[in-house]
Formats: sequence, structure tokens, C-alpha cells
Amino acid sequence: MTGTGTYKRRKGDVMMKKRVLAEVTINKEIAPGIFDLWMEPTQGLEEINPGQFIGVYLRNENLLLPRPLSICEVNADRSALRLVYRRAGEGTHELSRRKPKDGLGYVPILGPLGNGFPLEKGEGKRALIIGGGIGIPPLVELSKRLKADRQIVLGYQNGQTAGFLQKDLEQFGDVHVATEDGSIGVCGNVMDLIRKENLQADIIYACGPMPMLKAVKEFAGERGIPAYISLEEHMACGVGVCLGCVVKTREVHPHTNVHNARICTDGPVFEAGEVEI
Amino acid sequence: MNIQTTIAGVTFQNPVMTASGTFGSGMEYSELMDINRLGAVVTKGVSNVPWPGNPTPRVAEVHGGMLNAIGLQNPGVELFLQRDIPFLKKFDTKIIVNVCGRTVEDYVEVVERLGEEPAISMLEINVSCPNVKEGAIAFGQRAEVLFGITQELKRHAKQPIIMKLSPNVTDIGEMAKAAEAGGADAISLINTIMGMKIDIRRRKFALANKTGGLSGPAIKPVAVRMVYQAAQAVKIPIIGMGGIATGDDAIEFILAGASAVGIGAMNFADPRTAEFVLDGIEFYMRRYGVENLSDLVGAVEG
Repeated sequence: MTGTGTYKRRKGDVMMKKRVLAEVTINKEIAPGIFDLWMEPTQGLEEINPGQFIGVYLRNENLLLPRPLSICEVNADRSALRLVYRRAGEGTHELSRRKPKDGLGYVPILGPLGNGFPLEKGEGKRALIIGGGIGIPPLVELSKRLKADRQIVLGYQNGQTAGFLQKDLEQFGDVHVATEDGSIGVCGNVMDLIRKENLQADIIYACGPMPMLKAVKEFAGERGIPAYISLEEHMACGVGVCLGCVVKTREVHPHTNVHNARICTDGPVFEAGEVEI
Repeated sequence: MNIQTTIAGVTFQNPVMTASGTFGSGMEYSELMDINRLGAVVTKGVSNVPWPGNPTPRVAEVHGGMLNAIGLQNPGVELFLQRDIPFLKKFDTKIIVNVCGRTVEDYVEVVERLGEEPAISMLEINVSCPNVKEGAIAFGQRAEVLFGITQELKRHAKQPIIMKLSPNVTDIGEMAKAAEAGGADAISLINTIMGMKIDIRRRKFALANKTGGLSGPAIKPVAVRMVYQAAQAVKIPIIGMGGIATGDDAIEFILAGASAVGIGAMNFADPRTAEFVLDGIEFYMRRYGVENLSDLVGAVEG
């Protein structure tokens, strides 16, 4: 970009993360308002853990902040990333209009950010993988990489959006579907489905709306099962600087020195018992 | 070409600093940009004991900027001195620590504790945060109160003090004069402008705190105007900030009367913004044949 070279790096720590450019290769609507985007970063990314996210910067400079979007999937050599996102506001609206070779150039991204789901904790166990709505995407990479007996429970609001990413996930485990309006699968939410089908688990991984995560936390607490939940909050920087996206914690957090952890950097995945939601 | 700037006897390698609260203590952004290129790191506000801050949501994006109501969450001065200062000492840059408190005694306690650390070049006193109920802005909206706390802190401070002024006042010149009369070595402005956003779909406030501080390019013209008015009112040096995104923006503040500039919300848009601003200032100086940065300070004509 710019840089006159007047100053040279002298001392201190090396730069490790990078804000890189990525090219959109696929961007299509797979359900009303839900988009499936593949992008190819122009430089290699670090190792990506399921549950991590990237910051996506926009062309409209009036929208300053990066959009934190979870990584749905990554190909084997990390040369391409998949994001499945909901068109919710101005920023994701702009992103949804980007097309391959649209002449608008590369999309700046930052990441991978945050900590993902702990894969090693589930190894060889019966894992219940629970996703609600736009919380479903990171479960694809998780289900692909988790060496466990995988039961996947997906909750959708209605028949219109129901089923997005279902086929992708069916490759990696038994998929159970619930819809609030009963149009597909069990009528109700994911917890109704789990109780109705009496699904058993040694460990839970979940991503979805806050009411769902609260129910997962309660369910796991009652049964004494560890549950790793991925949280979401409005963020500014995405890298732990601004302290915008905190969640209350049971213990004093060692970094913040108060009962708060940063969702972007200390999470977004937390053990449910550690956070007060 | 000399791009150094001197404020209260402290010489900075260049005039580009971070604005408090947008850079933490540099740990996170050290992975994304070169801290050695900064004139100074201005840390996030530090209080005598850890502060938990406000409920979430704490941030919201608005056209050309953002609102925040973090509420000065910080780990307290002890952990800050143990962990953050040793980290910052590894870099070739000056350290300015921002100080916050609920009472004058709180501020004094932090100022005295920081006085024991010679690596800290200056203290910036936050009397202008709009997001906490006690302290902070309560000291920065009435001239006589600002004068009093400045005078009191000056008695206890080992390092030179910068009073960070609020734009949420009627007459910024009067506030600048009060800080100067109280013995401030410098002033910095502007802190964020109090704002509000309402989510019309949910019919709720975007921030849990209802109001928040507006920052980003949206506030730049207000900030330039206030820096100019403050510069007309006082002789002490000014650190200007408010929506700076480019070298050209920084030059505007310098021409208005700032001896240094702070990069705030734009760090979030691109962590290398401060480096680009520095490049842009140098570019401007070469293009217009400016030998010394100090020749530009307050050099707006007419």
C-alpha cells in the first residue's frame, strides 16, 4: 500500500497477523437473505481453527468497522475460505452485491481472529453439535475436523430459510432438524428436538442466538456435560483493543482483571460454565 | 526535514500518536503495525482499581464513525504497571498514560503511582469521558472545576500533564484557558462527542448506555474548529484529534494549531492508519518544501 521507508523496524515484537486482500470467487444467495461466499486470500493465512472468524472491510468508507463473520469452511491448503452470512445491514448488503471479477477489486480481510472450538476435548466422544440460524456456518468446519461420534442438530426459524447448509453437514454426521413453524423436521427449537429424540452426549458444541445458547448452557449444566458455545456481540476492532464486545465471566479474567472477557480474542468460543449469559 | 515535535520539554520523533482507548497498551496492534514508528503510544485510561465498564452493547457503527460507551473498563494501575509498561518499554516510542478516576483523590492516587515509573513521559488526564456517571466528564464541563483538578494534579504529578478536553461544552476556549491557568503543560482535544443511535427495527437504543461518544471521520470538522479555537485561547501546546484518517487530515489539525495529533477510531478501520498518516505528513512536507514540522503549527492564514 503506502510506506516511504523512512523508518525501519527497530525493536519490539514482530508483526504476526496481517490485513490481507482476498478475491471473491463465489457469492450466491442460498436461502432468502443468506449468502454463500468463497474468497481466495492473495497471501496465505495462518492455521484456521473451526469457530474462528475474520474481519471483512467494506468499500464504503462511511462504514469504518470490519464485519466479524465466522469462517464456515476452509479448503485443504487454506487457499480459499467460505463464509455463509446473513444480509442484515448496510455492510452485509454491500458484501452480498460483490460478484467474482466485478472489477471492484479485492476485499480486505483480517484474520483468522479469536479462538475456535477445542477439537481435542471431543475426540472419541459422543458430540452434540448444535446450530441455530446464522450460527450454523462455523459448524461445517467443526464437523469436518472433529474426530468424534457426531450428532448434528440444526434449528431454523421457518421453512423459507430451513435447510441451508444441511446437505453440507450431512457429510459429517447424523443431522436432525427443527423448525419453529414445523415446516421441516421437529416443530420447535433445538432443545425441544434434543429432548424429544432423547439425544445423548458427552460434550456439546454450539453456535446460535443467545436464547438458544442460554438453553444449551442450562441443559449442559443440569447434566454435567461440558459445552463450548460461540458468542456474538457488536465489535469495533475485532482484535481485543476496544473492549466493545465483552461477556461477563464467572471468575476474574486474567487479561482484563475484572469479570469480563473479550469475545473477539478470549472467545468467541467459551466453556458455558465460564460465562454469565 | 525535521518532523520531530516537542511538548512540555518532551521531544517526540514525530507528531503521530494514538488516541486513548483505541490502541489498548499496544499489545494487540503490535502484531499488525509497527509501534516503533509512532511518536507516542497514548494508553487506554487507567484508574486506581480495576473498572468493569458498562453493559453491552457498547459499540455501534454510524455514518462515517462509531459510537462507544465502553465505560473506561481497565485492569487498574497495578496490573498496568506490571504488565503493560514493560511491554511498551520494548519499543522506540514515548509512553503517555491516560488517567481516569471518579474523585480527585482517585486521580491523585494514580498520578502519584505513575510518577514512580520513569519510562512514562507524560500523563494525559481524562476529564472528558461522556460514558461514566461519576468523575471523568463531571470535571471537564465547568471551567472552575477543571481549573481546580488541574491545579491539584499538577501538585502531585512528576511527569508533565496533558488535560484532555471534552467537546461537549459551550466555549472550548474558556475550558482551554482554565486548564492552562491550573498549570496544565498541554491540552488534548477532542474527546468524543456525545451521541445516540436508535435501532428502529427493535425500537431500542443501539447502546445499553443509551448515549455514547461519537468518533471517526464524521467528527473531524468539529475537532479542527475546536483545536483552532483552543489554540487562539492558550499558549500551551495542543495535541489534536478527532477523525484523523490521512496525513492531510493531520496537517489540517497542525495548521489549526496542534503540535501533535492522535489517531483514534481509524485504528479500527485499518490498524496501519497511524503509519499511513505519518507517511502522508512527510509527503506533504516534501511536496511543499517544509523544513520543520514546527513551521506548520498554527500556520493557517487569514
